Amino acid sequence: MNHQQKLEAYRRMLRIRRFEEEGTRLFKTGRIPGAYHSSIGQEAAIVGACLALREDDAMTGTHRSHGHPIGKGAKLNGLMAELFGKETGICKGRGGSMHLADSSVGIIGESAIVGGGIPLATGCGLSAKVRCTDKVALCFFGDGAVNQGTFHESLNMASLWKLPVIYLCENNGYAISTSLKLSHGQLSIAMRAHSYGMPGVAVDGQDVLAVHREVSAAVLRARRGEGPTLIEAKTYRFDEHNVGLIIPGTPYRQPEEVAEYRANYDPIALFKQVLLSEGVGTGVIEAIEAEVDAAVTEAIDFAERSPLPDRATLHDYLYGSPLDQSVDRPM
Amino acid sequence: MTYLEAVVQAQIEEMDRDERVILMGEDLAVYGDEKVVRRFDATRIWSTPISETSFTGVGIGAAITGLRPIVSLGIASFMYLASDQIINQAAKLRYMTGGQIRVPIVFRSCMYYASSIAAQHSDRPYPLFMNVPGLKIICPTSPADIKGLLKSAVRDDDPVLIFEDTKFWSQKGPVPSDPERLVPIGKAEVKRAGTDVTIVAIAGAMRPVLEAAKALAEDKISVEIVDPRTLKPLDMDTIIRSVAKTGRIVLVENAHRLLNVSAEIAAHLAEEAFDYLKRPIVRLSAPDVHVPFSPPLEGLMFPGKEQIIAAVKRLL
Repeated sequence: MNHQQKLEAYRRMLRIRRFEEEGTRLFKTGRIPGAYHSSIGQEAAIVGACLALREDDAMTGTHRSHGHPIGKGAKLNGLMAELFGKETGICKGRGGSMHLADSSVGIIGESAIVGGGIPLATGCGLSAKVRCTDKVALCFFGDGAVNQGTFHESLNMASLWKLPVIYLCENNGYAISTSLKLSHGQLSIAMRAHSYGMPGVAVDGQDVLAVHREVSAAVLRARRGEGPTLIEAKTYRFDEHNVGLIIPGTPYRQPEEVAEYRANYDPIALFKQVLLSEGVGTGVIEAIEAEVDAAVTEAIDFAERSPLPDRATLHDYLYGSPLDQSVDRPM
Repeated sequence: MTYLEAVVQAQIEEMDRDERVILMGEDLAVYGDEKVVRRFDATRIWSTPISETSFTGVGIGAAITGLRPIVSLGIASFMYLASDQIINQAAKLRYMTGGQIRVPIVFRSCMYYASSIAAQHSDRPYPLFMNVPGLKIICPTSPADIKGLLKSAVRDDDPVLIFEDTKFWSQKGPVPSDPERLVPIGKAEVKRAGTDVTIVAIAGAMRPVLEAAKALAEDKISVEIVDPRTLKPLDMDTIIRSVAKTGRIVLVENAHRLLNVSAEIAAHLAEEAFDYLKRPIVRLSAPDVHVPFSPPLEGLMFPGKEQIIAAVKRLL
């Protein structure tokens, strides 16, 4: 990464962090409905990968969707309004928290079906190949998704057809409450790549520069027609699976473990140290921090001021090609 | 030409016309698409591993990013593997993204039954998918209709499921040669005009219905045959217009009785055409039991010409 990209990396990671902190607060006070799956702690894995892409590259993600569009450079207003269910939301209030898809930054979907986006990203790769573009597709999924059949089938096809896809696993150690030890017959996610005949690498997901390096190398391979790569980014989720989730019984992860990660493996704190040690002035960093705070405040204000969808629009966005008659007949 | 030849011709014409149309599926040349496979190169023809769930999703992802895939799911019983991607992705993504993306994809599913291939090869799954918003579903019964509707499906910007009844594959019929001649999705057709009883024939049921109509005509009974052609959206206007004329209706289909298309049509008629009905609505369908292997048992499953004739006569 060059200097400007590093500042942008810090900016985007911080945007995710502040967006999630404020979003969590608003969720707890009832301003945001539904379920809130925070990406706090996983910012480096997301941003390092996104910055290795071009603006026109495609992307798919998961129910833990907020970090992905922010990482890819989306504006915050439409994302926050979507969380509020407003008409001005990026998905017109039809998707909500688990589906913050912003197609203007290349995201074609954020699927709440675990593993559901993996074939879709693979299809983006196939499309690029057929249309002879050098676009690539970045596919985000978690450690739980690698046990879905879609992971197995999609990676096989991507390897068979040398599709330009980067499969990026945000391995945060737990699928809700289930650790890898309790669900994986073989603990290395990266090694699964070998069964499909593609490269697989594990990387420190809390190191934004390391993630960026690996994803960039994979992107280069993909653009050259050399096919897909599986990247396992070892990261950590600081908050609960979804905000407010209480899991009874023995904690699946010890409070000491969470505290250890928060204290010593915060990707933003770590990168801030890197920037400072490279001579970036504290003034520059503070300016970015102020800018991000202002953007988040503005997004919340925009969301609060925006209207909710009109009931007359209930049937909108269902079909693209017009029908000569409506599917639903009036009562 | 035959129904299957019309399927092939429609695909070739649409693939010639628009380079974004690609074909995906297993063993494509073996199950009817040999001509298509020979005509186009490897960028247009994607022979897939046995991975229905995911190659369906691959097609959807490709559709979102600039292509117009035809995904051949083969024997209809195998399409359940593709259900999650069809329902949770193809049907929902346009809506859930507030219209940001579109999914111009076609799924071909071929219904085999009454051929001693047992329950896991003999499904008629279209009723399950009718309950999903965001899909369009067609079941043409003639070569001209399959050609025109397949073309419309390819040009449609939404996900379209085509259910072909393989009993039609070898049947011949006139087919327009004009490659711009389309059959619109959502429009039923009166296949035979009549005055005494309306028969709605769904997909493969059209064959015994046509035979029954001929036999009934010899008894001076005039039946009007309505072919919905599209299941979703269902053209109730055409069906109701026919019931307004005849006052009597028999709904015939090969899907299992519970919650099939006939059930939906019957509910609509009860809601909207009650005053036109002179007699109760009659449904003939497969019973709620699996398709058996043994031929005498399998022969009990699907409404035949005699059953249809008897049902019509009971209404008069």
